[in-house]
Amino acid sequence: MCLAVPGKIIALDDAEATVDFQGSRVRVSVLLTPDAGLGDWVLVHAGFAISRLNEAEARTTWEYLSQGEVYDELGAALAASFAETPETESAS
Amino acid sequence: MNPDVCHSLLCEIRDLASRLPRVQLMEVCGTHTVALFRTGVKSLLPENIVLLSGPGCPVCVTAQGYIDAACALADQPGVIICTYGDMVRVPGRGGSLEQQRARGARVRVVYSAREAVHLAATAPDAEIVFLAVGFETTAPATAAALLEAENLGLRNFSVLTAHKLVVPAIEALLSSGDVPIDGFLCPGHVGVIIGSDAFEPIVVHHRKPCVVAGFEPAGMLHGIAALLKQIARGIARVQNVYPVAVGSQGNRVAQAILQRVFEPAPARWRAMGELPASGLRLRRCFDRFDAWRRFDLAEGDDYDPPGCRCGEVIQGKTQPAECVLFGRACTPLNPIGPCMVSSEGTCAAWYKYHRLAVGV
Amino acid sequence: MPLIAPTASAKECVLLAHGGGGQLTARLLTEHILPHLANRLLDPLTDGAVLAPMSGRPVFTTDAFVVQPLEFPGGDIGRLAVCGTVNDLAVMGAVPRALSLALVIEEGFSLAALDRIVASIAQAAREANVLIATGDTKVIERRGGDGLIITTAGIGELPDGVNWDPARVVAGDKVLVTGRLAEHGLTIMTVREGIEITSELRSDAAPLNGLITQMRATGADIKFMRDPTRGGVAGVLCDIVEHCGLSIHLRDQALPVSAVARHTAELLGLDVLTVANEGKCVVVVAADDAQRVLSTCRAHPLGRHAAIVGEVVDVAPPLVELHTAVGGARIVQRPYGEELPRIC
Repeated sequence: MCLAVPGKIIALDDAEATVDFQGSRVRVSVLLTPDAGLGDWVLVHAGFAISRLNEAEARTTWEYLSQGEVYDELGAALAASFAETPETESAS
Repeated sequence: MNPDVCHSLLCEIRDLASRLPRVQLMEVCGTHTVALFRTGVKSLLPENIVLLSGPGCPVCVTAQGYIDAACALADQPGVIICTYGDMVRVPGRGGSLEQQRARGARVRVVYSAREAVHLAATAPDAEIVFLAVGFETTAPATAAALLEAENLGLRNFSVLTAHKLVVPAIEALLSSGDVPIDGFLCPGHVGVIIGSDAFEPIVVHHRKPCVVAGFEPAGMLHGIAALLKQIARGIARVQNVYPVAVGSQGNRVAQAILQRVFEPAPARWRAMGELPASGLRLRRCFDRFDAWRRFDLAEGDDYDPPGCRCGEVIQGKTQPAECVLFGRACTPLNPIGPCMVSSEGTCAAWYKYHRLAVGV
Repeated sequence: MPLIAPTASAKECVLLAHGGGGQLTARLLTEHILPHLANRLLDPLTDGAVLAPMSGRPVFTTDAFVVQPLEFPGGDIGRLAVCGTVNDLAVMGAVPRALSLALVIEEGFSLAALDRIVASIAQAAREANVLIATGDTKVIERRGGDGLIITTAGIGELPDGVNWDPARVVAGDKVLVTGRLAEHGLTIMTVREGIEITSELRSDAAPLNGLITQMRATGADIKFMRDPTRGGVAGVLCDIVEHCGLSIHLRDQALPVSAVARHTAELLGLDVLTVANEGKCVVVVAADDAQRVLSTCRAHPLGRHAAIVGEVVDVAPPLVELHTAVGGARIVQRPYGEELPRIC
C-alpha cells in the first residue's frame, strides 16, 4: 500500500518538482507538500511528493550514524547529502 | 544499510523473545508483508515471534463486488479504465481486467492518478474512469488529481472509489476478538499522511502497543524490537520509529485536501462486512466525477470464490499455507483469490518468497 | 515524434507499394537497406545465401523482436535484433557466422527512422563480426501502430569439445554474471508512455560473442551459459536448478547493480533479478576456474563489472535462494508474466 521512495528536489516550479533518485528523475506534483523547496528530500508515492523529510530528525539520525546506533538507508541518503553542503558541517 | 546495526537489533529481539511466551504481532501493510520477506528479516525472527499479516493489501480487502463493478465498466463502449497495476489480474466473476483487455476492453495501467487526468484531457471522446483503490497513503493523490480535473473543466473523467482507512479496520479486528494480537507494526507511509497520533484509539480502546515503522530492514527490526520491549514491560503506547518521515500530526495539507474531496463513509471489507466510517466517498459537490453515480453502478455482493480463504487471511485468522488451495489450485499463474494475485497479497508473498511454499 | 506519419509521401514514409515487389521495392532496397548492409553474402541478392562449409557442428536459432518503443537510450529494435540472435548462438558456445533479417514494416513508417534502424543493424553486425546474409521486407497496412517488427535467424558453428549443458552442473560450481543487471528492461520501462522518468539508464544491448570466445579460450571448465533476457537472472537460474536438480545460493550484496538501476527498480516496484538484460550473460563454471573466468571478463569492455554472485549447493528441494544483506534468506522465483509497475 505504501511504496514510497525518497528523492531530492532538483528543480521546482509552482505545482511540480523534478525529483532525482540517484540518477533517475521524475516529475511529481508538490500539491501535497507546498513547503518543500529546492534541495529538499521528499518521499514520492504515485506521482506525488507526500512528505518532506524532516531535516532535524535527519540530523539526529546523522549523529546517531556517527555513533553507529541507528541507521537506515533514508538516513544514509540524507546524511550523504548533508555531508556535501559546507554550511551543514559548520552548523553541527 | 548498516549490517552491524541490524545485527545488534536482531540480538535485542532474540534476547527479548527468550523472555517472552509466544507473541503474535500483526503487520497491517502489504508493503511491510513484502518487505519483511524480500529483505530476509522474516526468516531471522525467533520462532515464538509470529508475524501475522493483516488487512493491509488494498486490493485484497476490497470486496469482490467492487471488482465485478470495475469489470462491468470496462465492457462499456467508450470507457477507458485506468488503474494501478495491482488490480489488473484480480479475478472477478467474468475474469480479470487483464483478460478483458485481451478481449478488447480498454484497460490502462498507470503509475499515478494524474496520468488518468492527462489522458482524459487529451482524449475528449473517451470516458476515463480511474479505479481509486488504496489506503490513506494513496487517497490524497486521488483527491489532488480530481481537483486537477475540476480545474481543467474535464467532463469525461470520473473515479470509482474504494479507498479505505486503516485504523477503523484494526479496531474492528480487535473488537471481534477472533485473533489474539499482542501488538501492531503500523504502516509508516500511512503514518506520513495521518500522523502517528492517529493510531492512539488502538491504544486507548484496546490497550495494544503500536509502533509506526518504515520499510528498510533496520526500520522494521527497530519496530519489532520496540514492540517486544513494550510487551515485555506490559505497557501499550504509540511509538514512532520513523520520525524522519512521520510526524505526530501527519501531513496537514494532504489531510485538508482529503477532507475537501472525500468524506468518511461505511465501506465493505472482504469477509469483514460493512464497517462504519472505514472508507471514503466523494462529497456530493463532486457528483459528476463519481463513477458510481455517473454510470449508475452498484457494488455487487461480496463473496469468496469456493474454497477461497482470502477473507480469513486478511484478518490474520489463517496463514496461507493453511489454505488447502494454496500452491495447488491457487497459484500466481492461476489465482483464485486476490491474496494470491495482488503484488502485496499475503499469499503471493508467501508463494514468492517462502521456502515452505515451493514444496507444495 | 511519431514514427507513423498521418499523411504518406514516398519521400518520407514507407508505402504499401514499397512492399509490392516492383520499382518502389527496388528503391527501398537500394536507397535504404543495401547501402548499410552490403556484404559478399548479401550482394548477389539471390533467393538464398550460399555459406562456406563449416568445420564445427551447425547451430541454428531464431527470434522475433516487437519491442516498443522502437528507439530507446542505448539502442533500438535493430540493435536488439542482431545482438539477441548473436547472443543466443554465442551462449551455446557457437561462433556466429550469418544472420537472416526479415522486416515487417507498417505503411506510413518514417523512412528516416528506417534508415537509422538499418544503420544500427549494420553497426551491431560489425561489432559482432557477423554478416547479414539474407533478408526480406514486407509492408503491411496501417494497424495497431507498432511500426516495425523484425525477425532474425542465425547460424553458428559449434567447435568440438564445447559441451555446455545444465546437466553437467555440480555442487560447488560458481555462478557468475558478466556485468550490471536490469539495465535494458528498466530503460524500456522509463521511456514507456505514461511513466515519464528521465534517467541515465541505457540499454545494455551488445553482442557477447567476443567476450564469450575469450572466456572459452581460458580453457576453464564452463558448465553452462545463458543470456538473461525476458525473465531476467531469476528465469535463467530457475531453469538451471530445475534441470540439474541442485540449488543455487545467491548473495544480494554480490549482485552488480548500479545505484540508478536499484533506485529506479524500487521506484517502479520491480525486482532487479527479474528484469531483462540484453548484453549480459550468466555463467556457471567449476569452482577452481571461477577466478580465472572473472579476470578474463573484467579485462573485456563488456565485462568490466563482472562478479561471482553465488554458488551451486546440494540442497533439496532445488531452489534459488537469495541471502540478503541483513543475513536472512528468501527464495527467488521466475516472474509470473508482465512485470507491471507497482504503486501499492
